[in-house]
Amino acid sequence: MKRAPLYLGAVLVGLVVLAALGSLVWTPYDPAAIVGPKLAAPSFAHPVGTDHLGRDVISRLLVGARATVAVGVVAVALAAGGGVPLGLIAGMSDGRYAQGRRGAWLSEALMRAVDVLYAFPALLLAILLAAAVGASTATAMVAIGVATIPAFARIARAATLTVMTQDFVLAARASGTSVGATAVRHVLPNIAPVLGVQASVSFGIAILAEAGLSYLGLATPPPTPTWGRMLREGQNVLFGAPEQALWPGLAIAVAVLGLNLLGDGLRDLLDPRLREVS
Amino acid sequence: MSLTSAVLRRLLLFAASLVGASALIFVAVNALPGDVAQVMLGTGASPEAVAALRERYGLDRPAIVRYAAWIGGLATGDLGTSYLTGESVVSQVAPRLGVTLWLVSFAIVVALVVAIPQGMVAAMFRRRWQGAVASAASQLGLAVPAFYAGILLVVVFAVKLRWLPANGYRPLIGDDGWHVREWAERLVLPVASLAVVQASVLTRYVRSAFVEVLSEDWFRTARSVGWTRWRALWRHGVRNAAISVVTVLGLQLATMLVGAIVVEQVFSLPGLGTLLLTAVGNRDLQLVQGVVLLLVGAVLVINLLVDLSYLAIDPRLRDGGGRGGGSR
Repeated sequence: MKRAPLYLGAVLVGLVVLAALGSLVWTPYDPAAIVGPKLAAPSFAHPVGTDHLGRDVISRLLVGARATVAVGVVAVALAAGGGVPLGLIAGMSDGRYAQGRRGAWLSEALMRAVDVLYAFPALLLAILLAAAVGASTATAMVAIGVATIPAFARIARAATLTVMTQDFVLAARASGTSVGATAVRHVLPNIAPVLGVQASVSFGIAILAEAGLSYLGLATPPPTPTWGRMLREGQNVLFGAPEQALWPGLAIAVAVLGLNLLGDGLRDLLDPRLREVS
Repeated sequence: MSLTSAVLRRLLLFAASLVGASALIFVAVNALPGDVAQVMLGTGASPEAVAALRERYGLDRPAIVRYAAWIGGLATGDLGTSYLTGESVVSQVAPRLGVTLWLVSFAIVVALVVAIPQGMVAAMFRRRWQGAVASAASQLGLAVPAFYAGILLVVVFAVKLRWLPANGYRPLIGDDGWHVREWAERLVLPVASLAVVQASVLTRYVRSAFVEVLSEDWFRTARSVGWTRWRALWRHGVRNAAISVVTVLGLQLATMLVGAIVVEQVFSLPGLGTLLLTAVGNRDLQLVQGVVLLLVGAVLVINLLVDLSYLAIDPRLRDGGGRGGGSR
């Protein structure tokens, strides 16, 4: 019972990933082909009906999971790849074994730069990129990834500062291990669990951002289906067929709920004391 | 460190952040592959047309000179001039600002009105069903994007019940007088959809803040002298929890502004978001650059105000410590 959120989250995330991977191999219909009447009601042939052009909605939902998962994975990888080294350097140069004032200054400068980036939400970065080079899956990935760097940098720095107070770090340094080796061998493995939780939470936020961008037409262009654009198309026929907008939104909510539950569950697993507080 | 130097330090950091942000925006728009004139006119444009546009707006000057000119204009409140329409960015922003400000400020108020009681219930009854329900509700709210909430609200209140209009906007004061009813009717659903999501985020923070308050010594003291839990919470807890809630609210402003941009599209509201996206569609780079800087600047100003308000509230922060970094 205590781990119910963790398991529920894992199941929901598993469903989304399965849909994304499975759609590479098989979908009931070609998601771009017109296979039935327009806006057909759910039936045996089309379990959630057809869209405004007569395309099979369930096939489009399955393929839509691909963009969601791909953008989420790449964005989180970019964010962790950029943010973790920043946070690690800032944390290691500022802690108990700081290299004097210069280290503190470096840490401060890095974190202020991160603060500037924090003022740029993914949507604004995506808008800048879309204006300059045109919107695509890649610009969405970069925008969401770069906008998520501050979250990783901050959590990595905070966790590093804590680890740096441990005796084994002092022992490593005293025995002549280089700063780089200490970071990789002793600090990184100890902050990895916290980063895992952050990755789960950031993945959820990235999915929300991707959905928003594709709703606005600032991500993956047609004909590839995305949940966000399906929502937009569904909104156009809201008065005649409101359920068209229901399904893609539900898919987004399931994916994000799953990742949030997974993140919460992982955090509780890591530190049961936190369960009460947050 | 004295209060004056702490304030000065924050102001300097703010100025540096603003310069950093403007440089980032300028680089993103101007230094990416391809040149501005080519991007604006599209790939089919003749070399002569591109050269003409380049010369007309001084695009042949080095990037650093153009950046300096843009930044210089900012100091006098000039956000630049659209290459496309020749209109100043400020004159295009001004009539749109109201819509977005109404939307965001009402959404903040509604989110607080929902989140504070919900978070308190979730904290007070955290081991009982009431708390579980309150927490589950916020967990669900977190998973729903604001634009989806907006569409669902339209389905219920505009399509099914027909109580409210599905989209559009009517200014509060028109040429023919006040339109309070029409104006309010068109803001209810956009505000609600933006507030639902924000309330869910805030609820989680209100809950943690109150859970912490409940374990404080002074709370136990208040209880032991015979105060009821609610009285102790109301008299002392609210003020103590308020600090962390205000912080989150400040940090959430960026999310709110972005949410407003998308929600404006759901309801066809003529706000800043609509202006910005139209500018992207038209490849009006100067307008995009100006509006993005305005939005990012607003976020930085709010962060500055939050920082300064800490200095007023908590003297311990005056010795140079920054604000604690939240994970989200």
